[in-house]
Amino acid sequence: MSAEIRQDVVGDTSRAPVSQIPKLGKKATGEAAGYIGGQVSATIDGHELKVPLGTTILEAAKSMGIRIPTLCHHPDLCVAGVCRVCVVEVEGQRTLQAACAYPITAPIKVYTHTQKVRRARRHVVDLLLSEHYGECYTCVRNNNCELQSLAKEFGVDFFRFGHVTEPRFEIDSSSYSVIRDPNKCVLCRRCVRTCIDVQEVGALEASGRSIGTRISTYLDKPLGEVVCINCGQCINRCPTGALHAKDASDDVWRAIEDPTKHVVIQTAPSPRAGIGECFGLPPGVPMTFQMNTALRLAGFDKVFDTNFSADLTIIEEGTELLLRLYKALVAKEPVAFPQFTSCSPGWVKFLEHFYPEYIPNLSSAKSPQQMFGAVIKTYYAQKTGIDPKDIVTVALMPCSAKKFECNRPEMDASGFKDVDYGLTTRELAQMIKEAGIHLPDMPKSDFDDPFGTRTGSGVIFGAMGGVMEAALRTVLELVTGKKVENLFENANIVPVRGFDGVRYVELPVTEVSPTVEPLIAHLVPNWDFLKGVTLKLAVAHGTANAKKVLEDIKAGGPFSKCHFIEFMACPGGCLGGGGQPIPTSPEIRAARAKAIYDEDAASEVRKSHENPAVVELYREFLTDGPCGHVSHRLLHTHYTPRGKYID
Amino acid sequence: MTPVSSKKTPFTFDSIEPESGLKAALGKSRADIIAEISASNLRGRGGAGFPTGTKWNLAAAAKVPPGGRKFVVCNADEGEPGTFKDRVILTEYADLVFEGMTIAGLAIGAADGILYLRGEYLYLRPHLEGVLARRRAANLLGKNVAGRDGFDFDIRIQMGSGAYVCGEETALIESLEGNRGEPRNRPPFPVDTGFDGQPTVVNNVETLAWVACILARSGQWFKSAGTAKSAGFKLFSVSGDCTAPGVYEFPLGVTVQELLDKVGGSGAKAVQIGGASGHCIPASEFSRRIAFEDIATGGSIIVFGPGRDMLTVAKNFMEFFVEESCGQCTPCRAGNARLLEGIEMLERGECSMAYLRELLGLCETMQVASKCGLGQSSPNAFMSILKHFRDEIMGRTAVAH
Amino acid sequence: MLVGQQQRLSDEIRGLVERYGRQRNALIPILQELHAAHASISDFAMQVVADELGIHPSEVYGVVTFYQFLRRESQGRFVFRLCRTISCDLAGKARVARQLENDLGIGFGQTSADGRFSLEWASCLGMCDQGPALLVNEKVYTRVTPEQVHQIIEECKATFGAHARQVAHA
Repeated sequence: MSAEIRQDVVGDTSRAPVSQIPKLGKKATGEAAGYIGGQVSATIDGHELKVPLGTTILEAAKSMGIRIPTLCHHPDLCVAGVCRVCVVEVEGQRTLQAACAYPITAPIKVYTHTQKVRRARRHVVDLLLSEHYGECYTCVRNNNCELQSLAKEFGVDFFRFGHVTEPRFEIDSSSYSVIRDPNKCVLCRRCVRTCIDVQEVGALEASGRSIGTRISTYLDKPLGEVVCINCGQCINRCPTGALHAKDASDDVWRAIEDPTKHVVIQTAPSPRAGIGECFGLPPGVPMTFQMNTALRLAGFDKVFDTNFSADLTIIEEGTELLLRLYKALVAKEPVAFPQFTSCSPGWVKFLEHFYPEYIPNLSSAKSPQQMFGAVIKTYYAQKTGIDPKDIVTVALMPCSAKKFECNRPEMDASGFKDVDYGLTTRELAQMIKEAGIHLPDMPKSDFDDPFGTRTGSGVIFGAMGGVMEAALRTVLELVTGKKVENLFENANIVPVRGFDGVRYVELPVTEVSPTVEPLIAHLVPNWDFLKGVTLKLAVAHGTANAKKVLEDIKAGGPFSKCHFIEFMACPGGCLGGGGQPIPTSPEIRAARAKAIYDEDAASEVRKSHENPAVVELYREFLTDGPCGHVSHRLLHTHYTPRGKYID
Repeated sequence: MTPVSSKKTPFTFDSIEPESGLKAALGKSRADIIAEISASNLRGRGGAGFPTGTKWNLAAAAKVPPGGRKFVVCNADEGEPGTFKDRVILTEYADLVFEGMTIAGLAIGAADGILYLRGEYLYLRPHLEGVLARRRAANLLGKNVAGRDGFDFDIRIQMGSGAYVCGEETALIESLEGNRGEPRNRPPFPVDTGFDGQPTVVNNVETLAWVACILARSGQWFKSAGTAKSAGFKLFSVSGDCTAPGVYEFPLGVTVQELLDKVGGSGAKAVQIGGASGHCIPASEFSRRIAFEDIATGGSIIVFGPGRDMLTVAKNFMEFFVEESCGQCTPCRAGNARLLEGIEMLERGECSMAYLRELLGLCETMQVASKCGLGQSSPNAFMSILKHFRDEIMGRTAVAH
Repeated sequence: MLVGQQQRLSDEIRGLVERYGRQRNALIPILQELHAAHASISDFAMQVVADELGIHPSEVYGVVTFYQFLRRESQGRFVFRLCRTISCDLAGKARVARQLENDLGIGFGQTSADGRFSLEWASCLGMCDQGPALLVNEKVYTRVTPEQVHQIIEECKATFGAHARQVAHA
């Protein structure tokens, strides 16, 4: 089997100002500024080095080990140059220059910590503090705040220009996911650049001017009432506590402490790859088994693996895809193609707001989080004899949008709220600390049965292209009858992996299996209809890329010919989710991805349809099979066309 | 109640044969046109004083991205408090300005000119559109301008919408592009990456009028007026406590005293030169010269008579900046607000010398660390007034006026 | 806003887009036209404009709230803008300001209840040699004295039909 990757179908997705070099996913090079291959001499604090033309002073200094403090700068975002914390002295210039925004195009002499520079930086921080309301003790970002760090670095020991003593703005807690506290905002606009350039959502933008400048939604509406998709990417890039997720940990503690409640937690793959960062570990150190022990110590009654329901999602979503193909190719019925994945709640809301006409393309399969909740409060309750009203389901997710998802009114298939609380990686780390546990010191322990068998396919849901790869592992085996290991080395379908914003892959189906697996034999008589078909697949992460793909589909471009497209709201997929530890950067996300793929490679079972718990579930409970009546009631959902207009 | 002409002296413009500058330019190569401008030592008349020839050279040499084109923008966002000479030029010498723009287009290889007119001057637009229509009819704009094969140039007017900061050239470009008027990082400079990402020359109204004159006469002629570093003539907008306020032409290098004598403001206590972003000059320094090498200005002269309270003046300017800062960068957004609070403390007689020193230190930071010229110059008035008039400001016991 | 009004407004905006283009460059001229026609830019209009230009409504809101002459709230048919620059101050602006408040019956930043008059401060109007300067819509009055204020207001009332913008209050 060969797979052809075509990346030429997608262009640059950023619409950051032309004067500011877009950086997401690609390094700023001299080439971008129109210079090719040139080198130029930069002397920084007396040390000389050669850098490619167009390198910023900040990058040049970093490459020689000189750290220039920054605030509005972020490695994922285009240059802003607005906070003025990174100012440096450039020989021959009257004014100081922002190191983050100054491209070196001619030999240059830079001084990074002269008296003039230090005083200016200190004044900038003094000014920010003069308008920043809030005590550090009561702030969610205490000890992980860039403003706090700067104040400490610069030795701020008094409020030189006074200090706000009363809040000037109301805290907006209208959203299920994201809370805004403008009193702590430093107007660095990292959230704006995230929301507009990276995500193309445009829920946040600067409004007003001068001292009236603030970050606002359209018409200053509450965040819960605008087009915000809850992805939380703004939270991950906010330097202060002005943006944070709605914390469910108090509710979870209450449930744990209530003796009448049976508290079950499911943990998604990405938090395991990230939570170590909250305990001082470098990114990419998986904490899966230490976390299991910590969760039990903290008081959870059962610790399950979301991979179980990820595998379930693959079966349901994969079957749905095969059914759509069958309907289209054999029955010649009108079917919406391409099929879109639906496990990223940020992406789902994005589609509901901006492209509601494509709702029929969304897989009706629920996300793994919601499938898990529905199964726990029905099948698991039955099996254990626990009254579902006494079960509290908690989901540990790398995601802020999952908090919104579990509160969608239709998510009550079990007759109860399927998932009671969503916790982010950061909130769980906080709870573990509160319980006096140092996570890395925990002994390792496994998940609880029956939902503890991990398959690699579930794990890779956390990485970009993971849902696609997991689906392909199952679909290709079912259709070709061949072990996917024989099709791709180690069953690693590498072409769909990676950090490019958009990937497009073609997989020709050259031969098909003579038999159909019993699980779905009642749905499809044989696989002949797929023989000779070239499956066209795509993966897009970050909703700016999703927009690009959707616009291409609208225009009848190459993506409109696709059969299946994986969409993830967050750059890098779930491991870069809005509930993950702060900070984030391309390097941090790459390290987390490696941890996830390592866990996949180490899994005994790597294909969803081989997960014994899943097989058992279909045998015992979902007896009419994937996409059958029971599964439809419990594991599938519908969507809401929201549109983007606001009254 | 009805405005009258502000013109108080004859202008050199009056002696220039209409279209003679453009005619001369059409007879020259692009390089020669720019050489003539460079030879004149003309520096921008908006206030910053960047050499016009250098700017044009950079824009002429700039590479146009595939499918792109260059632009000439006339900055008619005259908003500096106390400045109104551009209004007079646009009212009485619009042809000269459009002629200058056309010459700029010829010199740098641009086919598009944009006049960015401040919203407050909307009433000038019908007149200006009329002049443009007449020029088009006379083939002074349009295809093959004045019969020069292959030289197409036309001008459109775009209105501002009430934002002083849009007088800063990169904020002006942001505004033209449909954005909030927030200045850009420089580099890249507009001559390289300007409107629509294309090489763009942004020149002040008066600069472009002088361009036409220089081509009509010669660079040498222009350079023979003024001082070594500040060539040529300049229009001054004079207001405040004087008997004959209005627009005056002087060669650069004129002393403050000479100017005051001419406008009937001889007994002044102080003069604000350069508007709110300029400096306050006390009577003891009236022998200083108005020129780039001494007191640089875009032409705003505000005269303060003996009885005026200088703290009120400082407050008026600071209120202006607190209103007009774009709010993007920290030093300007928060700095101006702290300075205004400081002025209010001084008014109430509640400011310690120690805190005043902190504020003056802040002023220095704003001058060097702000992102654009607005924040870099907004503390000037406060600093110079506090320097020269501290006696009448410190230790007040009652609120003034 | 009624559906019929929305439809008319949408059509009007599409006409403007036709004229000015679909690029972001067209945003401010379109908003200026809308403001001139309606004395304000409605919340619905901002969303239609955003949609037509392929940008986010929050971005249009960001632009509208940045510029002094683009307003969401409905302004009076006659907008009085008194120059607050120091030169007009020296020429006696304070008393003119007081008289404007007295004769219009509103304060600065307010619009009269009948929707006829708005009173605002303006940054330098460029009439510094003839202050105090007052801009009423597009007409400039110079060397305004407190006793002339009444006369200017009367002039507005007299030219109501001819001078007023077409106002379709949202």
